Amino acid sequence: MNATVVSLPLPTLPEGWAAEKDFKAIGKLTQEGSSMRTLEPVGPHFLAHARRVRHKRTFSEDDRIQAQAKAKKIEQDSDSDISEEEDPMLLARDAKDWKTQDHYKVLGLSKYRWRATEDQIKRAHRKKVLKHHPDKKAAAGRADDDNFFKCIQKAAEILLDPVKRRQFDSVDEEADIPPPTKKQLAKGNYYELWGKVFENEARFSKIQPVPGFGNENSTREEVEAFYNFWYNFDSWRSFEYLDEDVPDDNENRDQKRHMERKNANARKKKKAEDNARLRKLVEEAQAGDERIKRFRQEANAAKNKKRLEREAAERKAAEEARLKKEAEERARKEAEEKAKAEREAAKKAKEAAKNAVKKNKRVLRGSVKEANYFVEGEASAATIDAVLNDVDLVITKIDADEIAALAGKLNGLTVADEIKNVWKEEVSRLVGAGKLKEGDIKALVA
Amino acid sequence: MAESASKAAPGERVVIGITFGNSNSSIAHTVDDKAEVIANEDGDRQIPTILSYVDGDEYYGQQAKNFLVRNPKNTVAYFRDILGQDFKSVDPTHNHASAHPQEAGDNVVFTIKDKAEEDAEPSTLTVSEIATRYLRRLVGAASEYLGKKVTSAVITIPTNFTEKQKAALIAAAAAADLEVLQLISEPAAAVLAYDARPEATISDKIIVVADLGGSRSDVTVLASRSGMYTILATVHDYEYHGIALDKVLIDHFSKEFLKKNPGAKDPRENPRSLAKLRLEAESTKRALSRSTNASFSVESLIDGLDFASTINRLRYETIARTVFEGFNRLVESAVKKAGLDPLDVDEVIMSGGTSNTPRIAANFRYIFPESTRILAPSTDPSALNPSELQARGAALQASLIQEFETEDIEQSTHAAVTTMPHVTNAIGVVSVSESGEEKFVPIIAPETAVPARRTVHLDAPKEGGDVLVKVVEGSTHINVIKPEPKAKEDGETKEKTEDADDDGDFDDDDEEEEEEEEEEEKREKVWKIGSTLAEAAVRGVKKGAKVEVTINVNTDLTVIVTAREVGGKGGVRGTLSA
Repeated sequence: MNATVVSLPLPTLPEGWAAEKDFKAIGKLTQEGSSMRTLEPVGPHFLAHARRVRHKRTFSEDDRIQAQAKAKKIEQDSDSDISEEEDPMLLARDAKDWKTQDHYKVLGLSKYRWRATEDQIKRAHRKKVLKHHPDKKAAAGRADDDNFFKCIQKAAEILLDPVKRRQFDSVDEEADIPPPTKKQLAKGNYYELWGKVFENEARFSKIQPVPGFGNENSTREEVEAFYNFWYNFDSWRSFEYLDEDVPDDNENRDQKRHMERKNANARKKKKAEDNARLRKLVEEAQAGDERIKRFRQEANAAKNKKRLEREAAERKAAEEARLKKEAEERARKEAEEKAKAEREAAKKAKEAAKNAVKKNKRVLRGSVKEANYFVEGEASAATIDAVLNDVDLVITKIDADEIAALAGKLNGLTVADEIKNVWKEEVSRLVGAGKLKEGDIKALVA
Repeated sequence: MAESASKAAPGERVVIGITFGNSNSSIAHTVDDKAEVIANEDGDRQIPTILSYVDGDEYYGQQAKNFLVRNPKNTVAYFRDILGQDFKSVDPTHNHASAHPQEAGDNVVFTIKDKAEEDAEPSTLTVSEIATRYLRRLVGAASEYLGKKVTSAVITIPTNFTEKQKAALIAAAAAADLEVLQLISEPAAAVLAYDARPEATISDKIIVVADLGGSRSDVTVLASRSGMYTILATVHDYEYHGIALDKVLIDHFSKEFLKKNPGAKDPRENPRSLAKLRLEAESTKRALSRSTNASFSVESLIDGLDFASTINRLRYETIARTVFEGFNRLVESAVKKAGLDPLDVDEVIMSGGTSNTPRIAANFRYIFPESTRILAPSTDPSALNPSELQARGAALQASLIQEFETEDIEQSTHAAVTTMPHVTNAIGVVSVSESGEEKFVPIIAPETAVPARRTVHLDAPKEGGDVLVKVVEGSTHINVIKPEPKAKEDGETKEKTEDADDDGDFDDDDEEEEEEEEEEEKREKVWKIGSTLAEAAVRGVKKGAKVEVTINVNTDLTVIVTAREVGGKGGVRGTLSA
């Protein structure tokens, strides 16, 4: 907290001023109108204020805690990440056996391993050198004690050379995380346990970044991308580091070539084994992956849903077609029946009309007979014939209605003159209408 | 899932600050704690808040702005203030020359042809969809510049944004795959941009932030108390803004055009001609902010007639006087609303594009006393670019909180943390001036949020010895030293004669009279010693030493006073309960 400097003097203490502990409380802060206002939540000073309020710290407490936090951070940066206990067994190692040596452990980086940055390796190396340099040991009275120092130099040589480091990382079994056992899976989180394994294996991938194993909420795309990636895993892992030493003498060339061939074959074999191991790992993880089962079920459900929908649609269409057909059939039948009934009715009417005409004709013919063929006494055959011929001629000239009308007029008449008058009228009407010629009818109107 | 996927872990965030303005937007990021405004693909740092669709291609920023002439129907401008609003509270004035907002249920929509096919139906896009598309372009520009996908941002908003508008903005940003870490108010961002400069000293001051934008002006009075900002008053204005200045130029040049071309149609009545005038007027206005002369030329303004002219700054300032005076009144009203006097104002921060106009800053110079710093490019060479302030502030805030968990941010911005009691009166000690009078030395300024702690070093009496530390409350009042009575009499007689001449002019004259008086009046701020809070004694102070007085006010308004000799041991400590 910076103080503001004011260059105005304070008054001197008046004579006789006295108070307990030299402090006299007199007034109180004006609270009236001391308003609640809202601070703008912006800027470093506000954030400091927020920190104090949230953790209920006073100014000086917060200052102290912030200072401590800062100091701790610096210390961590420098040292804590590369301080490991040195195993006495390790210190006693023979530098000649560098092939079997754990370089990370030698440098005190066993918890980082392939994750260790170059900077960490350099710092770790320097730290070890400072401690184990043979000159220091010589100063302590142990001359020629440079065994572990050689181990350190070898470790640094390998780990600081990217090619050699990869070769070593390829065969660094300490870094491997074994796949979870069934027992572990039963207890722990499936995704977490396998996730760790794959995260670890991902260090061998030529393609970075590697998709994560995800969790139970991962989408289908994510899960599929994950398995596709791992089934097509492109690994840089190689096994040169485990090669047997090739004798370096020019005398036995055959022996040398034989060894080289053997090594090459061994590498190939190991690489194939490693690929198979990885594949098995992925298959194992996939076999137990609930997400895949769930996706399959969901896909099936979706497919079934589609099929059921299709079937329902088909059924519905068939039903509709059937109903339509039935309705058509019914309509056709109704129409047929109606037509039949109409035909029959027409036939009946026709027959009735025919009968009526016949009956009326009979009345007409009967009427002339009633009038005794318009002659006195016994009518001669010729007369009868002539009259009847005329009647028939009239009948042929008039239609059924007129016949009926005529019959109506004649019906009930018995007097010959009246009958004759009716006939005469009819004949003259017909002549007037031009249907008959004067003279065609003689006997009837005579 | 989608939502959580868009939220990057605190350690993996790539953050920027965004000013999402109604007329222009900016994006900024921080490099080594220094804010830097990012230029987009077109090289613009002020990116017009405009989207345009031509044959299915999306344009934004300056490119889209140019389409206001040729393709106004498929261009959306001035949509920030529509976001999260009901249709009935939307002011469509500025949208007249582009796509028009329409009502659709609870939403405000634009009907835009954004597909390439000739016969495609125009799409109905909600304003939040437009905002999302625009933000996506801003984030895209920033990501391209930084070479990393931007995940999160701090966005500035006006102080009068409603909760609904805030929610709509956050939702629109989320749809653009952008996590909003915090929405901060525009004036606070502007102050932060100044306070974060390495050369800045954090002191207690009253700041006026005049944010003069394209389509609105906001003036905010803030109390800055050791880097914490409390807003005392805000005024918002939709009358005096950059567009109003453009309009002055448009009218001026249209009249000139009509004079030069008798018989030509008025270009202001043809939408296309008006759009051309607008674009040119804005660039002329910008040129006038930089130099004293500017040209104005439009090809084929109307009926194939070209128009070219020039204007000098003086002429411009004359014709735009009413608008400039509007800005003056706005600032004065904000100070008045805060219950303060211009003498109380320590700093005026000019923000927003219109603040580049030299005349406005010069006018403000007259409102405030000499001691007030006017931070505008024309009055202060160390001033930052007013158009970039808010984006810088947002970027700085983003870098401060980028490693915070979302929960931490929420808790830190919670009302329980932000709403604090503020002391009403100043708290200070009594000192002795050269003339032997008692003089108030403020230690804690009024409107300081508690808890607060301040320390001052005061001189001890020359001869040393025992010293009295008298802690008192203090308040200010404005001492007005009237001009000499003779001058006043003159004024009165003058007034009388004028009055006799013409009754109608009486009011005007009266005002003039007052102005004259005010010019002659001497006004100064003086501290008045209020009630005594406590007395303490520091004994045996060495000759020429200094006395350190620390005052601590707690949340419950208890006061703790500590006084000791600088470098000395012990000292006095006492508590005043509330």
